[in-house]
Amino acid sequence: MSVITFTIDGEQYSAKEGDTILQVARDNKIPIPTLCYLEGLSTFGACRLCVVEIEGSQKLFPACTTKPTESMIVHTNTVKLKKYRKMIVELLASEGNHQCAVCVVNGHCELQDLAYEVELDHVRFPYLFPKKSLDATHKDFVIDRNRCVLCTRCVRVCHEVEAAHVWDIAGRGIDCEIIADLNQPWGTSPSCTSCGKCVRVCPTGALFDKGAAVGEMQKESGFIKFIVNARNKHEWVRTAHEEE
Amino acid sequence: MTVEDLRELAEKEQARQAEYEHRILYCSSAGCVSSGCDAVKNELKKAIGELGLSKKCEMIGTGCLGLCGEGPLVFVHSDPTLYQHVDATVARRIVEEHIGQGKKVKENEIDLNDPFFASQKKIVLENMGKINAESIEEYIAADGYEALAKALTEMVPEEVISEIRKAGLRGRGGAGYPTGLKWDIVRKGVADQKYIVCNADEGDPGAFMDRSVLEGDPHRVLEGMAIAGYAVGANQGFIYVRAEYPLAIDRLKTAIKQAERFGLLGNGIFESHFNFRIDIRIGAGAFVCGEETALLRSVMGRRGRPKVRPPYPSEKGLWDKPTVINNVETYANVAPILRNGSGWFAAIGTQKSPGTKVFAIAGNVKRPGLIEVPMGIALRKIVFDIGGGTPEGTTFKAAQAGGPSGGCIPTEHLDIPVDYESLQTVGAMMGSGGMIVIDNTSNMVEVAKYFSEFCMDESCGKCIPCRVGTKHIYMMLDKIVKGEATENDFELLKELCVMVKETSLCGLGQSAPNGVLSTVRFFKDEYLSKLKKSSEGNTHLNESSSVPVVKEA
Repeated sequence: MSVITFTIDGEQYSAKEGDTILQVARDNKIPIPTLCYLEGLSTFGACRLCVVEIEGSQKLFPACTTKPTESMIVHTNTVKLKKYRKMIVELLASEGNHQCAVCVVNGHCELQDLAYEVELDHVRFPYLFPKKSLDATHKDFVIDRNRCVLCTRCVRVCHEVEAAHVWDIAGRGIDCEIIADLNQPWGTSPSCTSCGKCVRVCPTGALFDKGAAVGEMQKESGFIKFIVNARNKHEWVRTAHEEE
Repeated sequence: MTVEDLRELAEKEQARQAEYEHRILYCSSAGCVSSGCDAVKNELKKAIGELGLSKKCEMIGTGCLGLCGEGPLVFVHSDPTLYQHVDATVARRIVEEHIGQGKKVKENEIDLNDPFFASQKKIVLENMGKINAESIEEYIAADGYEALAKALTEMVPEEVISEIRKAGLRGRGGAGYPTGLKWDIVRKGVADQKYIVCNADEGDPGAFMDRSVLEGDPHRVLEGMAIAGYAVGANQGFIYVRAEYPLAIDRLKTAIKQAERFGLLGNGIFESHFNFRIDIRIGAGAFVCGEETALLRSVMGRRGRPKVRPPYPSEKGLWDKPTVINNVETYANVAPILRNGSGWFAAIGTQKSPGTKVFAIAGNVKRPGLIEVPMGIALRKIVFDIGGGTPEGTTFKAAQAGGPSGGCIPTEHLDIPVDYESLQTVGAMMGSGGMIVIDNTSNMVEVAKYFSEFCMDESCGKCIPCRVGTKHIYMMLDKIVKGEATENDFELLKELCVMVKETSLCGLGQSAPNGVLSTVRFFKDEYLSKLKKSSEGNTHLNESSSVPVVKEA
């Protein structure tokens, strides 16, 4: 197997044939931000956060899909790239309804981490406040499309790893949405195996376990009736209503 | 069918045509259909019958005659005369007076020496106004399938590719990639199956070149694809044509059936070992499916979304097999190159961009229509000599070339030669050949807003810069048009446009801001005049001042 030697940010590195720039960077602890990329899934090349500059070309290249060639000179952290990455996160922030304070993944969210990483202190674009839907029909999980960044990790993990292909994308442009099967409530999806892989790989709080969100705890006071009845009448029977 | 059979067919058809003293050709392209050519056709037929001229005169529907704004058009071939604005009355007069008595109908005659015709050079459109769009015999009589015969019987695939390379043919879809080089990569690819794909998903507003070619001369495209198939070793072709072109789809279906019946598509073409079949795939209305990787996914029945290149389709295309994907006009150039030789083709146009280019001229221009000009012609000639300039009382302001991805070229660059490289220097692009002329009654910010709205609607939503960026570009332009934007907004708009252009995944996003960037470059005053005055010191937002701007009360 041939080895390729190339330069990232002034240091020389070697890559195996078939490695991408991102893999080599990750192996060598060179930080390149990513969002749609997830090791183990196919590369999608859509978030554009990992774009790098390659000397000799005017274009920018996504590190996740670009393979280094011999003597290639790559820059991962120029002023221009930093500016563009920040703008991409800024666009994402304006696109969805991202309210960290009431989000289930507040503090361990990849979008939030990215915002810190690119030093996003404010958003110059008007917030779009889209009217997105939330689907809580599944017995174990919830999808809140307000928090979705359309990275399609869920689509890919379901198709490539679980082989169920529950998720897909409907609509186009700014109206794109993740849908279950043929756009039906997740809970009624016959193809979903309830494996939960999509929930694990989601970078934001768009997919989450039921019972994890703010305000989801439900109190059950019906048991009092049961106990009182049992004590007073010595009837240890639950009514249908109480059993609910 | 053998080559001898083909020639015999051609001679037979030529002899059949020679029996008629007159051939009346009415334009049967969508433009003239919509302006009422069916009534004209019926009246011509009736009049010929009633006057007993059916032995002397033949009437046929032909491809686009060019002057789409003056339709319906009728062309009398024997005594070359072109008639405009033909209705039933005029149609009857043409038969009675011109055919019957030899007197032209002066009121409706168009001068064929007009610069509109004189400045053109027809290769792709050579059969328009010559042959019946729905007859394979007439195509064969006009040297049709001669080039395929030559390739299959006299040339090896390498020679075909070398001819195309020597001719210097470049992709007519817009990017101008050398066609021969593309074919060579596919030919060298090792695979059990290869494909030929024709991109007929023409979606630019105001563009109708590919539609006209498919409607007027579909066999030319089939022949070009078959030659490509032979050159690279593919036995299957797909034409991806948009559903909005029902007439083109009909004509293609007819043409494919005819070619199969004549043995010009199918197995053992010209008694060689070459098999080739062509199927039609109909698009479902997404502009982005004109982007090659999205188109290929759509052909395979998947969601039409672009993917990152490399790998290019020539390495991994349909079902991961090497695939040639070219535009309609590119294939339409192939047969003439093989027939007339690469030297002939290379001598037309410029050295770097040989050949001709078909343009669809539309907008504020006196003579909108379909034209074919040699590459390198001055833009001024296209707009003023051929297009006749802007309507009375208005002045030329800009020509928008390259569709929503293109840019606006102002008066000071009117003498620019129209070829791939020159257009890029002024921020426009060749594109597929849409050309919209804009006069001084239009506001350039609104023009930019129109094109950015188109791009926003057509963004597939895969990558973030295009999906969200085009939305914000549109909203900012809307704000400027309404007079609500400040200089800060304008600066941010420019910054955003450059970012979307540089970081987007596919050609759509990468070129979506061109309309804004080129109008900002040449018509900045129109933007500035619409801006609100912002308070001093806040005029620039840059890296160091990423602090929210607080307006003074």
